[in-house]
Amino acid sequence: MKYIPATPAEREHMLRVTGVRAVDDLFADIPREVRLRGPLDLPPAMSDPELLAHARRLAGRNTDCDQLACFLGAGAYDHFIPSTVPHLALKPEFLTAYTPYQAEIMQGELQAIFEYQSLMCELTAMDVANASMYDGASATGEAASMAADLTKRPRILVSTAVHPEYRQVLRTFTSHLRLTVEDLPAPAGITDPAAAERAMADDVAALIIQSPNFFGCLEHGEALARVAHDRGALLVVAIAEPISLGLVRAPGEYGADIVTGEGQALGNALNFGGPYLGMIATRDAFVRRLPGRLVGRTVDTEGRPGYVLTLQTREQHIRRARATSNICTNESLNALVAAVYLSTLGRAGVQHVAELNARKAHYARGRIAALRGYQLAFAAPTFNEFVVRCPLPPEEINRRLLEHRILGGLPLGRFYPELADCWLVCVTETRTRDEIDRLVGYLETLG
Amino acid sequence: MSAPVRPPRPAAPPLARRPVPVIFERGAPGRVGYSLPQSDVPDVPLDAIIPAAQRRLRPAALPEVSELDVVRHYTALSHRNYSIDEGFYPLGSCTMKYNPKINEDVARQPGIARLHPYQPEELAQGALQLLWELEHDLAEISGMDRVTFQPAAGAHGEMTALLMIRRYFEDRGERRTTVVVPDSAHGTNPASAAIAGFQVIEVKSDRRGNIDLEALRAVLTPEVAALMLTNPNTLGLFEEQIREVARAVHNVGAQLYLDGANFNAILGITRPGDQGFDVMHFNLHKTFTTPHGGGGPGAGAVGVRAHLVPYLPVPTIERDGQRFVLDYDRPKSIGKVRAFYGNFGNLVRAYTYIRSMGAAGLREAAEMAVLNANYMLRRLRDHYDLPYDRVCKHEFVLSGRRQRDRHHVTTKDMAKRLLDYGFHSPTIYFPLIVEEAIMIEPTETESLQTLDAFIDAMTAIAQEAETNPEIVRSAPHETPVTRLDDVTAARKPILRWRP
Ligand SMILES: Cc1ncc(COP(=O)(O)O)c(C=O)c1O
Repeated sequence: MKYIPATPAEREHMLRVTGVRAVDDLFADIPREVRLRGPLDLPPAMSDPELLAHARRLAGRNTDCDQLACFLGAGAYDHFIPSTVPHLALKPEFLTAYTPYQAEIMQGELQAIFEYQSLMCELTAMDVANASMYDGASATGEAASMAADLTKRPRILVSTAVHPEYRQVLRTFTSHLRLTVEDLPAPAGITDPAAAERAMADDVAALIIQSPNFFGCLEHGEALARVAHDRGALLVVAIAEPISLGLVRAPGEYGADIVTGEGQALGNALNFGGPYLGMIATRDAFVRRLPGRLVGRTVDTEGRPGYVLTLQTREQHIRRARATSNICTNESLNALVAAVYLSTLGRAGVQHVAELNARKAHYARGRIAALRGYQLAFAAPTFNEFVVRCPLPPEEINRRLLEHRILGGLPLGRFYPELADCWLVCVTETRTRDEIDRLVGYLETLG
Repeated sequence: MSAPVRPPRPAAPPLARRPVPVIFERGAPGRVGYSLPQSDVPDVPLDAIIPAAQRRLRPAALPEVSELDVVRHYTALSHRNYSIDEGFYPLGSCTMKYNPKINEDVARQPGIARLHPYQPEELAQGALQLLWELEHDLAEISGMDRVTFQPAAGAHGEMTALLMIRRYFEDRGERRTTVVVPDSAHGTNPASAAIAGFQVIEVKSDRRGNIDLEALRAVLTPEVAALMLTNPNTLGLFEEQIREVARAVHNVGAQLYLDGANFNAILGITRPGDQGFDVMHFNLHKTFTTPHGGGGPGAGAVGVRAHLVPYLPVPTIERDGQRFVLDYDRPKSIGKVRAFYGNFGNLVRAYTYIRSMGAAGLREAAEMAVLNANYMLRRLRDHYDLPYDRVCKHEFVLSGRRQRDRHHVTTKDMAKRLLDYGFHSPTIYFPLIVEEAIMIEPTETESLQTLDAFIDAMTAIAQEAETNPEIVRSAPHETPVTRLDDVTAARKPILRWRP
């Protein structure tokens, strides 16, 4: 076995030094009754060539986004990934390192995370961001308990235009605590500030919105921030599509108190849903209530700049049952991917890619809405996703499009029974005009 | 102060000393490092797409660098980083074994890395089959009935499991408010219990390093929902009375939870399900070789016995004849703990590893992990204090008490000195019940030569503590930076670059 280097002679030597006759003697402390009597019932071991062939067969039973024109988003986005990302972020020096506990030999990782935190702050226009959370949904769940703690209030208002899976996770994270989560309807595709104001009260800890929201629409962030702040509640903004921040108003620019989000779009592969990148950022005043790791800049004994894990008294290994969160292992490598991605695109590239998304989606939106029987479900401005009402069940449309190697949008009935005729279409910069025109052409023939 | 003494033959080449400016300080205004097409759709004013009132006020102050600037920057950072591919990483509790290259090739191949989570199941049959098979493998390895892959890491798995336990008792009309953890437990155990809404009761360990059975019995009341146990525990010792512990826990109707961080010691030797555990988490990023990525991502999986199956998060993966499907129709489920299905990329790596190893390979891994640890224990025990003198499993815990008391050299000092010798340090100051703890886990993938070199370094440092303590106290000397000022870092936090 190539992963186990000890030769028979070396094993003999080690047993002798250890003072036992056989390896079995080292397991004598395990009660006989609970020991396995035979080998595990697993498929036989494979050599590398066999294993690669097997893996290729499995992969061959999938059809991926290289083989399809993808118009599916809904929280996972097919963006172009520059070559710098795999070549740099996946270098073994980063890939096979542990958490940077020994700062003196982990300056590379620590500085990269410090830069990631800084990039997140710039992108969201917030003061401080942590080193990463598990994903956008769980980060939003953590933000709710953070807000409840900070305000000492028991109610959370969440817009139904927040990603349905984020809301499910939010409920799982809070259902057993003394926290209630209440839905705010978004009948026009956006959270209505007047309705939010009516639901708002002095015992509300946070108003949670997403923008662009699950329907692709931009929320009235400023107005909603005012609604929350007027009653002393916090505004939590979830960002499922961070590419939008190259163009749309950043949460920090309209008064968000906590920003959470899913950083997958920033250079991370689709990967069938994970590993992804949970983002969380906040205002300076709340830094000591943030969950997860933080890297800070300091100096060494010679006065040279360096980086360390800091404010650790918030964390489980110090504070145990009173920690701000139980998170330990996070999604550092995905954060590094995001850092390389954002560095590569840079100031101009992030605006460029955001504009491409908005322009192409706007074009597709206009063309589909002009088709007979199709109609925009909501009038609000959108970024790279939009909802259309369809003359056929969207599931049926998707089936027919697949014959033409097009991966259609998300049928919304799955999450919103009242929107069973609605289809959430995503158009990123990776779609060409030709592909959009083909999509529109096929829709036309489906009638 | 004596002049620093360079260790004779450092085990790994030195890391780069040259400081690296932050990426924001590289480049020049107007420089770019990206290549994207121009828009190919008809031009419309931006205002017609997104009104000015909803557009950014100021562009994000991101770097303005060329592609080569980016490459040089991250390459320079990578030269200031220690990793398994660079050298030995004896971090106890973390199972820093070699991460096979073939895992990376399989996980990054087309057909795996570019699957959208919401694409139709018919187009993801290979992915679902892989997950279905992996669930069966882990169930067999652990003696559990079913496994969920949703948790992103061990702590996330703990929370998921405790929420299932809570739901299980609610269903039976029982109100149980507390979770018991041993004083040797990892910090995530009490933190997860608190997050799942339980009170935490801590139980002490006995003189042999097992959970104290009498103390445990004393706190086991009908209020207790679960005992969270790590086995082998964080001292690297097998809980010899596991059957009595399981009986005591079940006698009060509580659930027995396994923190499976230390599974590497028992692969193919004993199964948690057979030991009496009702539910457990795996750290696939420890036992099953998925790389740690500098802190994550991991992949936690949670295994359960039959009575907890109804509470698993949605979706589960089911087989329907030749088809594999996602099942969301599970009315008693705790719901979702994250979006989508888990850290799929890492699940692919764990699957690849299990297929490489087979049953015999996994057992051999456990045997060699344990033999390596006992060999090191035998060779280091004369140089450091050994608080629990027993055969260990995959790791063992020494104490630097002697060096502290006699020479005023702390465990932290010795850990830092190890860096000069070209090694990563062991886990230190954990578990909390051992003063000046030094927790060493070699894993099965390290060679005898590496173990011997590390033992020589540890022995030399014990010597240095006696003969030249200052060099240890002021270590490290050979690293890119010397000790960093964490006090100021926490008092006046600088957590981001500012223009
Ligand atoms: C014993 C033990 N339990 C739990 C954990 C938590 O696992 P994770 O970091 O994957 O959340 C760890 C590792 O960090 C551990 O060593």
